[in-house]
Amino acid sequence: MSRIHLIWRKSLNAVMLTLTGVCAFAIVSILFLILGYLIYNGGKSLNWDFFTKLPKPVGETGGGMANAILGSLKLLLLAALMGLPVGLMAGVYLAEFGGKTFSFVIRYTTDLLNGVPSIVIGIFAYSLAVLPVKHFSTVAGGFALGIMVIPITVRATEEFLHAVPGNLREGAMALGASKWRTIATVVLPAASGGILTGMLLSLARVAGETAPLLFTAFSNRFWSPGWNQPIASLPVMIYTYAIAPYDDWHRQAWAAGLVLLGLVLLANLGCRAVLHRRGFSRSV
Amino acid sequence: MSTTATTMDRAAPRHVGGPRSFVERLRDGDEIAHVITLIFASVILLITSMLVYELWVNSHLSRAQFGWHFFWTQTWDPIFDHFGAAPFIYGTLVTSIVSLIIAVPLGLAAAVFLAELAPRNLSDSIAFLIDLLAAVPSVIYGLLGIFIVVPVMRTTIGPILINTIGNVPIVGKFFKGPNYGVGFLTASIVLAIMIVPFIISVSREVLLTVPREQREAALAMGATRWESTWKVVIPWARTGIMGSIFLALARALGETMAVTMVIGNDPKIRESLFAPGYTIAAVIANEFTEATGDLYLSALIELGLVLFLMTFILNGLARILIVATERGGGHP
Repeated sequence: MSRIHLIWRKSLNAVMLTLTGVCAFAIVSILFLILGYLIYNGGKSLNWDFFTKLPKPVGETGGGMANAILGSLKLLLLAALMGLPVGLMAGVYLAEFGGKTFSFVIRYTTDLLNGVPSIVIGIFAYSLAVLPVKHFSTVAGGFALGIMVIPITVRATEEFLHAVPGNLREGAMALGASKWRTIATVVLPAASGGILTGMLLSLARVAGETAPLLFTAFSNRFWSPGWNQPIASLPVMIYTYAIAPYDDWHRQAWAAGLVLLGLVLLANLGCRAVLHRRGFSRSV
Repeated sequence: MSTTATTMDRAAPRHVGGPRSFVERLRDGDEIAHVITLIFASVILLITSMLVYELWVNSHLSRAQFGWHFFWTQTWDPIFDHFGAAPFIYGTLVTSIVSLIIAVPLGLAAAVFLAELAPRNLSDSIAFLIDLLAAVPSVIYGLLGIFIVVPVMRTTIGPILINTIGNVPIVGKFFKGPNYGVGFLTASIVLAIMIVPFIISVSREVLLTVPREQREAALAMGATRWESTWKVVIPWARTGIMGSIFLALARALGETMAVTMVIGNDPKIRESLFAPGYTIAAVIANEFTEATGDLYLSALIELGLVLFLMTFILNGLARILIVATERGGGHP
């Protein structure tokens, strides 16, 4: 009886432990499946035209997404200009100046903002930047993405500032530097590599966002000069092309998907490798 | 050399008598720097409170018109301006819960493997790849969903499930009816793939905080590796694991693009998981730009408010649970 019981326990052990390994490898293999599918399908349709030409009218094959690539870059630039300074300064406040209660409130709010569904951020940007002027614009899209950049930047900045060794600060203070001088000339430069990496990661994350752009930046089949008109972006193009009933559009959606995923994964790969080497496996 | 000396001379006496006075700090620029960073930090507060305010004010028309009935009315009729949120809330909850049912066992098993069995190097590399999986944009999941998961669902998985689980007495009724490929189950599968990385990385961190002695004590009592994991380590970490599940649930509720592309977009409450449905996020994404009437737009914004409140509560709970485990272990 007890012998059978022991065998049962040992085999249960072996089976369950094997299953956990199978699960882990199955989930990791999904990443390679995704990559494989995109490289296979996207690679077939990716050509030079994709990067240089405008979309063709419905019914004509060919054309590219040059305007969407530029559009995504413009939106990211705006997001960086609006979101990164706020995130950086708030992070400095939390790490260097913050009192107990107010810091808690800010941290909690930042986490809350980080958890707000991107589509709700879209509604917010719509009601602030689209509704008053009554048209979609690049600025509104950049504003929506800018808000999403803030929380990650705050957390990265705070964490990397905390990681700067105390004796660096003390050294600067001992030379007679005031607090802000210490922060600006010693602490921030020491943490700058990590903070920049965190910022790049946050931009990589919003680069793939579609939902907040649907009714802020909208889309555009032509170039969008200036900052005040609707603008195309890669994620929105992938969405509209994928749900459209034309085979040629599907091919282009795959190509755009490959480009977008390539950029996002490369940025993540680089940043996370840097963070990992410094021992911040889970910072952002 | 002499400059340094004078700076030191000026600086030295200031620090002697305890903390510096406000005037001194102001002269050094410390107070100014403090105030400037404080202003930027307050911008975050401002943005978040304005977000809540805008959602509240702009949904005024719909709230005044429908009141609480909004939540259980099943009609969504833009032509006659009659709006109810029930089909969307139902769709959101069903897809999120089914995706959790798929993702939690998978994710937990993978986290156990990474925290308990795999050597540290292998565990770190796999965790790295899983972080990359979390970084894949949602629209890419949608793209793969439309062109790969939907056809496979229609031709292979769907029929298999209908012929097997479909015949089981109680659960079977969820697996009956026509199978179009798009629908609740397809959306749940795509969602499960999207949230599994979050469950794994948070659970793994939590499992790694369980003290070594706990495992060793169980093994010393003669428990197998699996028994020590299942009966000692997981119960110890259960609060944190719950936290990771809530976090994943909050993600699933708010996920927009991938779901919009595979759920079928039909505002009906249906029992079958193969039936097409609709979620809150999906209806906002699809209809917001087409909303012509003020009431229509207002109803969509109220849906946004509902979604915001759902994720707000879940995120709050998740954070409390995770912090509680990481501080002192979840064990009572």
